[in-house]
Amino acid sequence: MKKVQFQNRWIPYLLLLPQLSIVAVFFLWPAAEAVRASFFLEDPFGFGSTFVGFDNFIDTVSSSDYLRVTRFTVVFTFFVTFFSLGLALLLAVKADKVLHGSSAYKTLLMWVYAVAPPVAGLIGILLFDQHVGPIVDMAALVGWKMQIGVNYFDTGMAMTMVAVWKQIPVNFIFFLSGLQGISKSVQEAAAIDCRSGIRRFWTVTFPLLAPTGFFLLIINITYAFFDTFGIIDVMLKTQPGNDPITLVYKVYQDGFRGNDLGGSSAQSVILMLVVFVLTIVQFRLIERRVHYT
Amino acid sequence: MNYRTSIASLVAAAALASTSTSAFSATDISWWHAMGGRLGEVVNEISTNYNKAQDACQLTPVYKGGYEDTLTAGIASFRAGEQPNIIQVFDAGAATIIGAKGATVPVEDLLKEAGVDFNIEDYISGVRYFYADSNGKMIGMPFNSSSPIMYVNEEALEKAGVQAPKTWEEFEEIAPKLKEAGYIPLTQSHTPWIFTENFKSRHNLQFATNNNGYDGVEGTKLVFGDPIKNHFKAVKDWLDNGYYAYYGAGWGDNQTPFNDGKVAFWLGSSGSFGGISQTVQFPFSATFLPYWDAVEGAGTGTFIGGAALFAMSGKPAEENKCVASFFEYLTSPEVQYFWHRETGYVPITNAAYELAKKDGHYERTPAAEVGIKQLSLPGGDWTKGYRMGFYVQIRDVMNREYGKIFAGEASVDEAFATIEGEGNKLLERFAKTAQQ
Repeated sequence: MKKVQFQNRWIPYLLLLPQLSIVAVFFLWPAAEAVRASFFLEDPFGFGSTFVGFDNFIDTVSSSDYLRVTRFTVVFTFFVTFFSLGLALLLAVKADKVLHGSSAYKTLLMWVYAVAPPVAGLIGILLFDQHVGPIVDMAALVGWKMQIGVNYFDTGMAMTMVAVWKQIPVNFIFFLSGLQGISKSVQEAAAIDCRSGIRRFWTVTFPLLAPTGFFLLIINITYAFFDTFGIIDVMLKTQPGNDPITLVYKVYQDGFRGNDLGGSSAQSVILMLVVFVLTIVQFRLIERRVHYT
Repeated sequence: MNYRTSIASLVAAAALASTSTSAFSATDISWWHAMGGRLGEVVNEISTNYNKAQDACQLTPVYKGGYEDTLTAGIASFRAGEQPNIIQVFDAGAATIIGAKGATVPVEDLLKEAGVDFNIEDYISGVRYFYADSNGKMIGMPFNSSSPIMYVNEEALEKAGVQAPKTWEEFEEIAPKLKEAGYIPLTQSHTPWIFTENFKSRHNLQFATNNNGYDGVEGTKLVFGDPIKNHFKAVKDWLDNGYYAYYGAGWGDNQTPFNDGKVAFWLGSSGSFGGISQTVQFPFSATFLPYWDAVEGAGTGTFIGGAALFAMSGKPAEENKCVASFFEYLTSPEVQYFWHRETGYVPITNAAYELAKKDGHYERTPAAEVGIKQLSLPGGDWTKGYRMGFYVQIRDVMNREYGKIFAGEASVDEAFATIEGEGNKLLERFAKTAQQ
């Protein structure tokens, strides 16, 4: 194969410049600013600031609430990722087998993708409203007094359900196209060797879907961590009270509502480290088990 | 010929353009506020009327979302040098903006510089010093001022055959009858504001050291004694017995059942009056916030809630003059009465209060006077107000811990220990942000 090379050694850098400058301006600079701010306690209007060393980090980690928020974030992320991936895979496998009217099914399953997170939160509020929510009424029929916004468990569950519902279509689209990418000859060969459809799925189809699955796993963890913010904010009506919140929501709550720049910067630096470690773990450990064709 | 006429018309057009700009060269000023819904409409009406009443200044009101969002937007814009002329800041954010000396022009200085008469005694006693510094100089112009009052479902009282209570002891006596009549006796919409800050004021109890925080940020600490803890123990008992219902930290969720006629008493803002009178289908009235007779010296007035308008610094003198002129317009008795009548917020000057009385407003709607009467109740050492930094976060801690009490996850003593611990930590942190 012929190797194509640039004549001038600076041209590739020049072509990369727009991308690099966007990364620098919108990621590196704010990140550096957050690291700097996390060592100071600053007057919100910017008149005075005091260097406090690691105090912001110590205050954050030592608060009992931070531990509770962390625990909820982990549980929430696990359930959102598990259910949105699991249900989407199930729906994709079933939709893949539909012969008649398949595009109607697919459209019906995908439209939710177009719903903005705050709108999803709003729909969640209507469904789970303490006074008029139909799901609350249904729960009352089986004797469950569901109270979103008052009961910690109920609120967390409602938030998880809305977040899962919102994320299924994205996963569905990717799984479906992944399934359609598996060649018919492989499937037919497998069908000759093995009669059990379930076994065929786990031994042939699932491993071939693994690259898609791995990609979606990362996307979904990121989603549960960061992008559920809109849903949470709308469902809690910006007044969290004793309700569960995620680490990202706490950064917003302390930084934007409370104007505590130092404290919320320290929290975002911690979050940055967590994401960093998570990425390494994912690519070092999990990706080794994924086979690309 | 053609060439000449076109030149002539060009000159004429230019001349016309220059005269028209000079005729409309009003100074533009901006006002960021947090008044949504019906309140926002009234704000726009006041602005339009102000712009019509004079032509030197052109005021543009901009709705910026909730109170917290508005303050945050103001801070961000100030740091970017793009701040509005006027910003509305709520009670809990007062310490933040007043503490940042140099962010605002004290309203008293602004008015005096513009040659507007200013006398702090013109303002009703309850609002006079809440947004003032420790020397009594007014920093923010009180705008939408309210107080927590008790709304009463008259139909419920009639069915149960009881009277609205003046004290919590009386409430405990009648609550079983209301429950029997099929009503939830009590709900309230803002636990930190009504059951904490105004509990302190209504019972004339100290809320924080350093003169409730007014004397400085260094070493300010929250003070929680037995009266407030006993109050929360009582409220938890009411909850367990079905005399009180709690629907979370959101305002609306706790008001809705009252609007629907399921609740006998709802504690809310005097500013909710306008909205309630438009929604509810039953006869309602309002009365003072109850207090515990057993607490010595109880029955004093409440703090004002709501928000004030601050003139942001770094603006040309010409614009500041316009801000002063708008404040003068806003505090005129007619405008204050209009605002009071349309929204239910209290009039902030004595003259406006007199005007409302003279006009027969309180004979037509007696409930509208409850807020201002309660603010005018005799004060005490601890009824002037409070000033604490990072107070929005302290309120978040309170809401969280009160939620735990009501959910049975923490005892009253445990919850208050947490509030004191985390609250004092936040106050200590705020002291470090202040200018050295």
